[in-house]
Amino acid sequence: MSRSRRTLCHDVAVSTASPAHADPDVEETVTPDEITFLAKPWVTIVWNDPVNLMSYVTYVFGKYFGYDRKKAEKLMLEVHEDGRSVVSTGTREEMERDVQAMHEYGLWATMEKA
Amino acid sequence: MSGFARHRKSRSIIANFTGFEAELLRSLAAQLVELLRNEAAVPSETTDPFEAMMDFSGPTNEPEDPVLARLFPSAYAEDEEASAEFRRFTEGALRDGKSAAAIAIIDGLEEAGLPQELTEDGLHFDVELDEPTAETWMRSFTDLRLALATRLGVEDGDEAYWHSLPDDDPEAQAHDIYEWVGYLQETLVEALMD
Repeated sequence: MSRSRRTLCHDVAVSTASPAHADPDVEETVTPDEITFLAKPWVTIVWNDPVNLMSYVTYVFGKYFGYDRKKAEKLMLEVHEDGRSVVSTGTREEMERDVQAMHEYGLWATMEKA
Repeated sequence: MSGFARHRKSRSIIANFTGFEAELLRSLAAQLVELLRNEAAVPSETTDPFEAMMDFSGPTNEPEDPVLARLFPSAYAEDEEASAEFRRFTEGALRDGKSAAAIAIIDGLEEAGLPQELTEDGLHFDVELDEPTAETWMRSFTDLRLALATRLGVEDGDEAYWHSLPDDDPEAQAHDIYEWVGYLQETLVEALMD
């Protein structure tokens, strides 16, 4: 991204959705972690590019994903500093929607299995 | 030119353009529309004319033009087949959306006072955008900047190179325009966040 301004160092842990409660109907052999994995096996990745403005990328993450300013900035800085960031997690269909939306905004996004 | 700012009372987003600046922006937007319509989103290659007519689906190959390839990147980095399917179902709508956004810029400039042919010296006027229209402009500024940057070969940290070029170098002039659209976009994002 171009036009770097202030860069605050946030830690780069990406929060993943955790299962709220184990479903009693689910067989005991499946652990909650596995349920999460099976339910949300795909991720959307946004890649760094030399064109998009840091402010714009932050705006897009806030506007489209509904992330608060702090989270949107954290993800933007991951893109800027690490070259990529996982910006959303979900089903394949959900991630296709997110990737398409990112392309609408001109961000370079791909999806892959988590 | 002072860029975009949010008007305190009306909450609309306003920028003052000279006729020259507005003309330049209109011309960039018009070129983007042309590009998006060119290299038509051709579906699969077929020699059967009936089959070709009956194929209403979208393209499956990455566009050859590097600007279009950047505007419509492959969705799956390591899965060509899935990328082709994704492209088939999304590229048409993405092209239409980007084209409509660029046309919104052209319409907005003309409604605000840009004549079809700029003849008057010293013309300047305010462009006033409501929030959804401002967002559309902001998105299209990205497309314009991606197009210019791809043609120029802009890379991270290359500012010194561009500034080292003589003022009359066509690449330097194109890069100035790229930076100017970046400035417009930056002020527009700030105004939207205000």
